[in-house]
Amino acid sequence: MNWELLLHQVLAGLATGGIYACIALAVVMIYQAIDHLNFAQGEMAMFSTFIAWQLMNWGCPYWVAFVLTIAISFVGGLAIERIVFKPIHDAPILSHIVVFIALFSILNSSAGWIWDYTIKDFPTPFGTRSLIGNGLISAHDGGMIGVTLVLLALLYLFFRHTRIGLAMRAAAANPESARLAGIRVGWMVALGWGMAAAIGAVAGMLIAPVVFLEPNMMIGILLYGFAAAVVGGLTSPGGAVIGGFAVGVIENVAGTFIPYFGRELKLTIALVLIVAVLLVKPSGLFGRSVVSRV
Amino acid sequence: MEATPAAIEATGAATPSVVRLPPAQAVIGGITLARWRQLAIIACVIVALVIPFVVKNFFIFQLTLALVYALAILGLNLLTGFNGQFSLGHSAFYAIGAYTAAIMMDHWDVAYYWTLPVAGVVCLISGFLFGLPALRLEGIYLALATFALAIAAPQILKFSPLEHWTGGVQGIVVIKPDAPFGLPLSSDQWIYFFTLAVAAVLYVCAVNLVNSRTGRAMKAIRDNAIAAGAMGVNVSLYKSLTFGVSALYTGIAGALGAVVAGFVAPDSFTFTLSIQLFVGLVVGGVGSIPGTLFGGLFALFAPNVAESVSKGLAGAVYGVILILVIYVMPSGAAGLVRLIVSKLARSAR
Amino acid sequence: MSATLLEAKGLCAYYGATQALFGLDLAVEAGGITTLLGANGAGKTTALRALSGMVRVAGEIRFDGRPIAGRPVEQIVRLGIAHVPQGRGTFVRQTVEENLQIGAMTRHDHTEIATDIDRVYGYFPRLRERRRQQAGTLSGGEQQMLAVGRAMMLRPRLMLLDEPSFGLAPLIVQELFDILRALNREANVSILLVEQNASLALDLADHAYLIETGRLVIKGPSRDIRDDETVRRSYLGY
Ligand SMILES: Nc1ncnc2c1ncn2[C@@H]1O[C@H](COP(=O)(O)OP(=O)(O)OP(=O)(O)O)[C@@H](O)[C@H]1O
Ligand SMILES: [Mg+2]
Repeated sequence: MNWELLLHQVLAGLATGGIYACIALAVVMIYQAIDHLNFAQGEMAMFSTFIAWQLMNWGCPYWVAFVLTIAISFVGGLAIERIVFKPIHDAPILSHIVVFIALFSILNSSAGWIWDYTIKDFPTPFGTRSLIGNGLISAHDGGMIGVTLVLLALLYLFFRHTRIGLAMRAAAANPESARLAGIRVGWMVALGWGMAAAIGAVAGMLIAPVVFLEPNMMIGILLYGFAAAVVGGLTSPGGAVIGGFAVGVIENVAGTFIPYFGRELKLTIALVLIVAVLLVKPSGLFGRSVVSRV
Repeated sequence: MEATPAAIEATGAATPSVVRLPPAQAVIGGITLARWRQLAIIACVIVALVIPFVVKNFFIFQLTLALVYALAILGLNLLTGFNGQFSLGHSAFYAIGAYTAAIMMDHWDVAYYWTLPVAGVVCLISGFLFGLPALRLEGIYLALATFALAIAAPQILKFSPLEHWTGGVQGIVVIKPDAPFGLPLSSDQWIYFFTLAVAAVLYVCAVNLVNSRTGRAMKAIRDNAIAAGAMGVNVSLYKSLTFGVSALYTGIAGALGAVVAGFVAPDSFTFTLSIQLFVGLVVGGVGSIPGTLFGGLFALFAPNVAESVSKGLAGAVYGVILILVIYVMPSGAAGLVRLIVSKLARSAR
Repeated sequence: MSATLLEAKGLCAYYGATQALFGLDLAVEAGGITTLLGANGAGKTTALRALSGMVRVAGEIRFDGRPIAGRPVEQIVRLGIAHVPQGRGTFVRQTVEENLQIGAMTRHDHTEIATDIDRVYGYFPRLRERRRQQAGTLSGGEQQMLAVGRAMMLRPRLMLLDEPSFGLAPLIVQELFDILRALNREANVSILLVEQNASLALDLADHAYLIETGRLVIKGPSRDIRDDETVRRSYLGY
């Protein structure tokens, strides 16, 4: 066993894991608000990132574009819920998933149409200096991990310690009963969409300097994000972040150390591992299983 | 037992009450519903038999492919619509069926019609085996596991050590069969009729299956697995068997697809195919057997229509079409038909 | 004292295409306790659901003189109508205390909310013991208490209770009914009570309605209904 190589791969894994953690957080966020996974989430993040890119292209300084993009995405997410999903709120769940697919397709194709498919550079506010291990973790990676952790803390405070956070959780967990408590469930769901879009925008803007900006940038990442969220437990934002790092490390280490087919099949290996985890712990590593007695 | 009122209450007003078809004796326009159904089937059969003689070969080819998709969607529907299990991994079973057929034809010169039963059995076994661990997973988690299967399939097909069998990235070319016995049919026409015949047999089997004792057990598990278990249904066995049968249907569709398309390649069986099948399932109507025919047509033609509207924005047009379809028929084509029929039957009364 | 708080006229309710209520007339007096009785499937739950806007209705409903038929549930609730649903509607993943806070979501008087939570714990000491516990882990009866507690947190003017005694031990039922009586007298909460246990309900209520397949059969002061031998035999079965 080559320990130095292992350490390197773990560090590199943590760096990519930061990306997954970021998107997994957005995934969990919307899961809390609407009670299912949103396939269009990655495309929403990609679209937001293009908006940021456009703003900067028009001369906005980075942080102005950053904040503006978050605001625009929040409103956009809210609008998508009100315009697209509200009219079909009592359609079966599987029909909702088809609408997610539709949204995916619309966002992906319009981004390609507006901004075309050439790869674009996206700036980082943290610089690209090496932070740890000779460039394995750069300043940008560090900044990305830091922002993810701050976001996580903010979300925790929001959901655990504000009334509106509690109202959102109630609306997602039991809409009928929430309505009977006077909670405007429709608006809570819309708010969840807005927040998910905003978090997605942050994730997209942090990821773009690493993977480059183009309409298909999120497809692979979202897959890992889902996997991370599910492994960590969909009910636990903290679990999702840990899941993200775990998936990043597993992917890198498996790709390097499993002889012969490690490289070619590293995605497959990562997924098999994830499914294996689910078989042992069906609600994820940190997910709360619903204890319910009737 | 206390669980029942709570469960009913929880779903009470939130879920729309499902519109059921009126009884077969209900009368619309002086004809009973059972009769209408017979007429509809006869009309479909006549159209299906006549159409290859009045349209171009390319359109026949597309129709054949739509039929193949319908069959694959039927497989998915047996699992999702009748047993309540969810799968985003059926592109993998489709791929297994297609490659089984292609490898048999390419390596051992087996005739195309013999590949179908083999592909079916191979998929039945793989589906059953996959269904065993899937027993422990539900909802989102099952979706992820099957999703993983769909992602893994093309990677494994490209995997270099298997290249001797799978042809790697290039895939395998298979020769399209011509009409036998000197029948005056073009190759496309012949494959169409062959597919139609296979599909007809499989559809009849599916109808019989869901109306049998086994089918009732499948549906009981879908509606309430705990109650079904309490009534003595072997839930695990039925769930994994359903997975197997579902994969069998989709695998035979895959084998037919290989014959129809004339080649197999890893990139034809990506996650996109799973999505196409899933969209077809929902648009046709979850839990409706005739609905899968509509689903097959939609899965094949909707992307083409979108492309013809705008090349650059084809994806966006496709998305808008999907949203409109869900607005108009939130429970799929079958749901819309049920709604119209029950309205007509009521106004006739 | 006998102003009408809630009044329904010709109330019909529909689940999709099926009709479940057929022109019900119903009134709850301000400060009064009214009970709604009937066999299984008579439409009692549906009547309560119709009043709080959870099913599609036709006809007229007035609360405090204002028409409320067809309004969304959350608006009706915000007028001060608390509905304790059949099946309790527990938020299973939230703690007991969070459940109570959810009940007060429409209010903004933070200190008063804390007092009211204390008051609920006063009525139901078992809930205080379990305040940090996931509500889904409570026993059926405890969840029933929690549901009533959640409704109290709204500070409602009218409470709609759907079989609050369901699954409770007889002794606890007695206690619960005493609490309801106290709420009615002290906090001036009017009550519309659906019950299987007709004898208890008639003792508590001052007015009673008896429905059958979505139609009104008998109404009147509960004393009269309790004393009417034939009604008791043929409809209430005791
Ligand atoms: N979601 C629903 N969809 C269709 N019909 C329903 C629905 N809920 C109730 N019904 C029907 O409405 C009628 C009245 O039901 P309801 O629940 O109001 O009865 P109930 O008097 O509360 O009975 P119980 O004492 O058993 O609770 C019943 O015939 C029932 O089948
Ligand atoms: Mg009831």
